[in-house]
Amino acid sequence: MARNTDFESDERNGKGNKGMRTATRRRRVSRLSAEKIDYIDYKDVKLLQSFIAENGKIMPRRLTGVTAWQQRKLSEAIKRARSLALLPYTK
Amino acid sequence: MRTYEVVFISAPNTVEGDLNKITTQLESVVTDRGGKLTKVDNWGRRKLAYRIKKFDEGIYTLLHIEGTGQEISEIERRLRVTDFVIRHLTVRTDEDLKRAEKMKAKRKSLLVPRGKEEDFDIEEGMDEEDDLN
Repeated sequence: MARNTDFESDERNGKGNKGMRTATRRRRVSRLSAEKIDYIDYKDVKLLQSFIAENGKIMPRRLTGVTAWQQRKLSEAIKRARSLALLPYTK
Repeated sequence: MRTYEVVFISAPNTVEGDLNKITTQLESVVTDRGGKLTKVDNWGRRKLAYRIKKFDEGIYTLLHIEGTGQEISEIERRLRVTDFVIRHLTVRTDEDLKRAEKMKAKRKSLLVPRGKEEDFDIEEGMDEEDDLN
């Protein structure tokens, strides 16, 4: 697990920075499951944005911790949002 | 009955009258075929994430439609031939929404009979782990 090996950043950042770290490191629990999101809406730009990288790419499952089913629905929703110009194809 | 969401983006220089005209036209397309236009949602002017037909913003309109699916092809055809509509998308939503409802019900029935507290939270365990440092 990332938390155990990454002792350096743990010491440096402490507890307060947990949110930042989980955004870049592997998440153990899918955010979608934790927030009980059953329907991934292509109109929910804010939510979808948290699953695309700086350059506009869809983030891999190994970074976000979502389940396979959620990743499939996410990519579907992101692609719909892209075609409606709610999200960029590239940045 | 199926439910659909139709979103279309109109050019920013579209006159309001034209916009109202197309929505009422589409409404009659739906109702003539026995469907129902359950909701019209005007998002208004919104910045586009990228340029479409040299426009940087568009007027978004979202329609919620209940019907058999027959009316969708006519709606799509009309949107395609309407000049000021620069983009449109139709999504069938009933199956996914039904599934979401089912998941919600399942979660409820799983949590309650076991007598778990309502504010049970998976993340609590994670926070305590951090305190060990």
